[in-house]
Amino acid sequence: MNLHEYQSKARFAEFGIPVLPGKVASTPQQVYEIARELGGKVVIKAQIPTPNRGQIGGILFAENPKQAENLANSLLGSVISGLIIRKVLVNPTISIRQEIYLGMMNDRTSSKPMLIASSEGGRDIIEVARTSPGSIFRDTINPCIGLRDYQVRSIASNIDLPNEYWKTFLQITYSLYACFVASDAVLAEINPLVITTDNRLLALDSKLIIDDNALYRHTDLAEMYDNDGESEQEARARAAGISYVRLEGQIGCMANGAGLAMTTIDMIHLYADESIGPANFLDIGGGAQSNTVATALGIMLADPHVKVVLLNIFGGITRCDEVADGILQALDETKTTLPLVIRLAGTNANEARQMINRAQLPNLTCTASLTEAARQAIASARGIN
Amino acid sequence: MSILVDNDTRLIVQGITGREGSFHTAQMIEYGTHVVGGVTPGKGGEWVHSKPVFDTVQKAVDATGANASIIYVPAAHAADAIYEAINAQIGLIVCITEGIPIQDMMHIYEYIQYTNSRLIGPNCPGLLIPNQVKIGIMPGYIAIPGNVGVVSRSGTLTYEIVYTLTQAGIGQTACVGIGGDPVIGTDFVDVLKMFEEDPETEKVVMIGEIGGRTEVDAAEFIKRSMTKPVVAFIAGNSAPAGIRMGHAGAIIENGTGTVQEKIQALQEAGVRVASNPENIPELLS
Repeated sequence: MNLHEYQSKARFAEFGIPVLPGKVASTPQQVYEIARELGGKVVIKAQIPTPNRGQIGGILFAENPKQAENLANSLLGSVISGLIIRKVLVNPTISIRQEIYLGMMNDRTSSKPMLIASSEGGRDIIEVARTSPGSIFRDTINPCIGLRDYQVRSIASNIDLPNEYWKTFLQITYSLYACFVASDAVLAEINPLVITTDNRLLALDSKLIIDDNALYRHTDLAEMYDNDGESEQEARARAAGISYVRLEGQIGCMANGAGLAMTTIDMIHLYADESIGPANFLDIGGGAQSNTVATALGIMLADPHVKVVLLNIFGGITRCDEVADGILQALDETKTTLPLVIRLAGTNANEARQMINRAQLPNLTCTASLTEAARQAIASARGIN
Repeated sequence: MSILVDNDTRLIVQGITGREGSFHTAQMIEYGTHVVGGVTPGKGGEWVHSKPVFDTVQKAVDATGANASIIYVPAAHAADAIYEAINAQIGLIVCITEGIPIQDMMHIYEYIQYTNSRLIGPNCPGLLIPNQVKIGIMPGYIAIPGNVGVVSRSGTLTYEIVYTLTQAGIGQTACVGIGGDPVIGTDFVDVLKMFEEDPETEKVVMIGEIGGRTEVDAAEFIKRSMTKPVVAFIAGNSAPAGIRMGHAGAIIENGTGTVQEKIQALQEAGVRVASNPENIPELLS
C-alpha cells in the first residue's frame, strides 16, 4: 500500500526525522490559508505517487498566498501521469545546499533489508542508477541484529557527507530504519534529504510503501488507504479478493492462479498482432467458487473495451464442473452477448465441457488447449473490431 | 527415492484441525504419504483422520518421531509455526500459507541458516513425488512417475505444465513448488542442485515468472554446474512494470526482473525456453 507524501512525512516525523512544517489541502482556499500561516512563500506539491513530480509540473512555487491559491486552483483536479490530483501538500520554501538520497528497502537477492544512499538526491533513484551508478552505495542489514553505526558511517563516508553532519545523519538513518521496521514497510525513502544553507538536514520528500500482508497488524496505517486513484472495477475486485489489473486491449482474461493468469495474457501477446491485446490481468485465486467467478465476469464485462472474454481454468483441487456451474450462473445473471471462450483442463474437465455444451449458448466456445483458446479469442476479437 | 524425502519421512501437519489442513491431510494420506500426526495448540488429544493431534510440535516429535512438517496455519500465525518447527529440529518444513509479512520471512530466512532445517515456501503448493509422496496441495492425478524433475515458483501454472507433461507421456521424478513470495526458504538453485545430484532425474523443467532475479541466479548455476538439460518457461512476458500481478513476487521493479532478461540469461546458459507452455514436451525430446 502506497502512502501519500504527506502521510509518509507525518509518519517519519513521529520517528524523529526532521521534516518541514506544512499541511495538506484539497481546495485552493485551504492552500491560501496555509500559505498565509507559513509566511507566504511556499511550495505546492501534488499528492500523487509518481517520481520526478518536479519535472512534470507536479511541484509549483508561489511568492505569496494569492499566487499559491491560483496555482492550487490550476493544480487541483488536473491530471498528471494519468492520476487526478485531489490533494496538495503546502510547505515553506527553503534554500538548499545539497541533495542526498536515503532509502531503506527489502532486497530480494539477499532476503534482507537494504540501506541505499547517494550523493545525487532529488532525482528518481532509478534514473540515478542508470546515469551515475557509481554514486549509489548499498549495505544489507541483518534483520536479527539490526542496523549498526559502522554501516551508517561507511555510507556517510562513501557519499562524501561532510563530517559535521554525520551525527545527525546517523540519527536520521536510525529513525528511518526504526520507521521501516515498525511500519512493516517494503520501502521507506527520503529523496531528497537536503542540507540547507543554514546547515540543517531535512527530509524534503518522503515515501513509504507498506507490505499489504502486514496491514492486519497496522490498523492505523490501513486506515490511511486512499482509493483516489482506484477505478470502480478495481474497487469491486479488491473487495472480492480478486487480483485485477486493467490493461489496454480488448480481450478480457480470467484465470485461477497468478502464474496461469499471466500465462494467459502472454499467450494473447504471443499469437496476436499489435491491434489485439489483453484487456486485463485477473486472478480469481485458488478454490474458485461460483460467486467469485460471477463477480470476476461482471468486472470484465463492465469494461467497455472488452469485446471478447477468455476464461482459462485449470482444475486442481477445484473441480472444473463447479467452475462451469459458476460460469453458467454468471452468464445467466449478466445476459451478455459477447463471445466467450472457455478453456477448462484438469479435474472433471470433460464433465464441465459437457455441461457447457448442453447449455447451448450461441456465444460460447469451449476448448481443451490453451493455444486453441487464445487463437479463438483473438479471432473473435478481430472479427468484432 | 527422489529428492527431499525418503522412505523414513514421517510427516506432521501443523494446523491439522483447520479446514484446509484437515482436507489436505486426507488427500496426502490417500496418496500414500506417511502422516504420523498433527499439531493444533489447544486441541492436543483429539484425532483427525485417525491421526493423533498434539498441542505442540515438540510433543508431536517426541511421540511420533516426525522429521517433516507441513504448515496450513493462517498467515498471522504461520511465522510462529515455522519457528516452532525449526526449534523442534524438524528437517523439512513445507509452508503452504499465503500472505506472511515479508519482514517476518526475512527474520526466518536469517535464523534458519544457523539450523539444520530446510524450509520450502511459503505461499507454495508443496512437493509431489509421483505415486509415492505428496506433501502439499498439488492434485495427485496430474503427475506420473518418470525421469523429469519439475521446479516452479507458481501454483496452478505448475499443475498445468505437469499435467501437460503427463498427457504427453513424460513422467516426473519430483515436482517442487518453491513459492511465489519475495523471500522464500528454498530457491531454484537449491532444487536444481538436488536434481543434478539425483540419479533418477535425467532432465529438468523450470517454471519461473517476472520479478526478482532468482531465475538469473539459476541460469548462472546451470551454466556453471549443471550437466542435465533444462527446459524453462517464464510467465509474465506482457506484464507492465511496477504493477503487481497477483501474488507478492510477481512485479517488475525498477526495470529489473523482466521476462526478457531472464530468458536471455537462461538461453545463454543453454536452457531451452518455451514461449508457450504447451510446447514444453517437444522441447524435452
